[in-house]
Amino acid sequence: MVIRLANVSHDYGAKGLLSGIDLHIAPGAFHFLTGPSGAGKSTLLKLCYGELRPRSGQIELFGQPLGGLSRDGLADTRRRIGVIHQDCQFLDHLTLAENVALPFVATGRPVPTRDLIELLGWVGLGQHADALPPTLSGGERQRAALARAVILSPEVVLADEPTGNVDPEMSQRLLSLLVELNRMGTAVMIATHDMALIRNAKAQVSARVLRIVDGTLQQAGADL
Amino acid sequence: MSRRLSLILRGGDSDRVVPSAGLSALLSGISAAMVAFLAVFALALSVSAGQLALRWSDTLSQSATLRLSATPSEIGAQTEAVLEILRATPGVISTRVLEIDEQRALLEPWFGPDLPVESLALPRLIEIIESPQGFDPVGLRLRLATEAPGAVLDDHTRWRRPLVQAASSLRLLAWSAVVLIGGVMAATITLAAGFSLAANAPVIRVLRLVGARDAFIAHAFTRRFTLTTLLGSTVGTLLGMLAFAVLPVAGDAGFLTGLGFSGLGWAMPLAIPPVAAVIAWIATRAAALRALRRES
Repeated sequence: MVIRLANVSHDYGAKGLLSGIDLHIAPGAFHFLTGPSGAGKSTLLKLCYGELRPRSGQIELFGQPLGGLSRDGLADTRRRIGVIHQDCQFLDHLTLAENVALPFVATGRPVPTRDLIELLGWVGLGQHADALPPTLSGGERQRAALARAVILSPEVVLADEPTGNVDPEMSQRLLSLLVELNRMGTAVMIATHDMALIRNAKAQVSARVLRIVDGTLQQAGADL
Repeated sequence: MSRRLSLILRGGDSDRVVPSAGLSALLSGISAAMVAFLAVFALALSVSAGQLALRWSDTLSQSATLRLSATPSEIGAQTEAVLEILRATPGVISTRVLEIDEQRALLEPWFGPDLPVESLALPRLIEIIESPQGFDPVGLRLRLATEAPGAVLDDHTRWRRPLVQAASSLRLLAWSAVVLIGGVMAATITLAAGFSLAANAPVIRVLRLVGARDAFIAHAFTRRFTLTTLLGSTVGTLLGMLAFAVLPVAGDAGFLTGLGFSGLGWAMPLAIPPVAAVIAWIATRAAALRALRRES
């Protein structure tokens, strides 16, 4: 199991947000996570990659209890999880290629330049390697975020509203990239309230749709 | 690939992940320069105070003065008697009766150059140079009391001790200032590093997102602040040394004579930048690791 949540609850103060969440993400699985704004989709993703610790319940990442991971252990575990945020979270003073290569730099490993060039080409940004992030469009930034998320060949990619700031055509292109990644064996979970994106995925991949309703996780359908 | 990319890809420029144009980095560099400038002065004061204590101690420690008062008719005979006693005293290397011109020079600062010294009944002064082992002042005083009642032996102890103590205290004070300056530098850099860490919280968040360990993040900030401090303190130290180099020489007449560096002493302030860099490294690393643990 890549990620497992058992009876997880979380809140920000007095208001309960998530309650009794059970979630299993198996290797190679494809999940959509839906729900209205403020339902707790981003919070659930943060729990899945250890940015947040649950108020109660158990979380296992790659078979290791989250609570038992040291700080360095958690950092090492995050290298096995690719994360894409809606706002991309780039270092604006570094070029696009430097941002994409950041996981290698931050883990003290030499960057495989050829792989980097290929990866930038895969997401269609080969010509923008030296551009600074603020000069890129929303779609280009999202594709760069995807490239950064997968450069270490993670076992799972968690995407938080990856199509929130892009047009439908770019949404489809991003989805295609994520589906292609999934076909190579990477588990994918996309948090989105974009139902059109989910419908478009129907023809491409077998995915489960999970929906957060009143703080609980419900399965909206075993197959699209 | 661009040159910038190749730099970061080689992994030799990992501190570039922290934006360079931070106000805190600039302020810490300027602070390091100012503190290093002050440290040069404190170091100079300490060195000079040490030299002063040594000089006063050495100059007065192996000499004594004998003051002989007698009537004009007896002064010659008593002088001869005293010199005879001194020659026979173990530990006395040489003696010398001060000339009238030397006595005039001693009195000139108080009475001016026109004092008719010849017409005054001044005591006769005899300078005594001791061997390193010195003489027995108690025994000498007893013999003088018997054979030259008007002779008073001054072995300089009552002058030398407070002077050496004062100079030693001054040196201690100066070294305390050096230590305090180091503490101020550490505190300043810690504050600047804390400010920089807070200002760069989004950068830290991204680094954590991509799997950076605390040690990597702390190193990025530590290296940046260490280099900034090294550069700032080098500038401050060189300016401080330049200030001493252009100080007018006071001659040989004043208390501040010798304040500064001479010979190999000029190498001492050059230790300030590396010491400052070490302080910055320790302070920044501690601040960074503390902040990273607090934010988790």
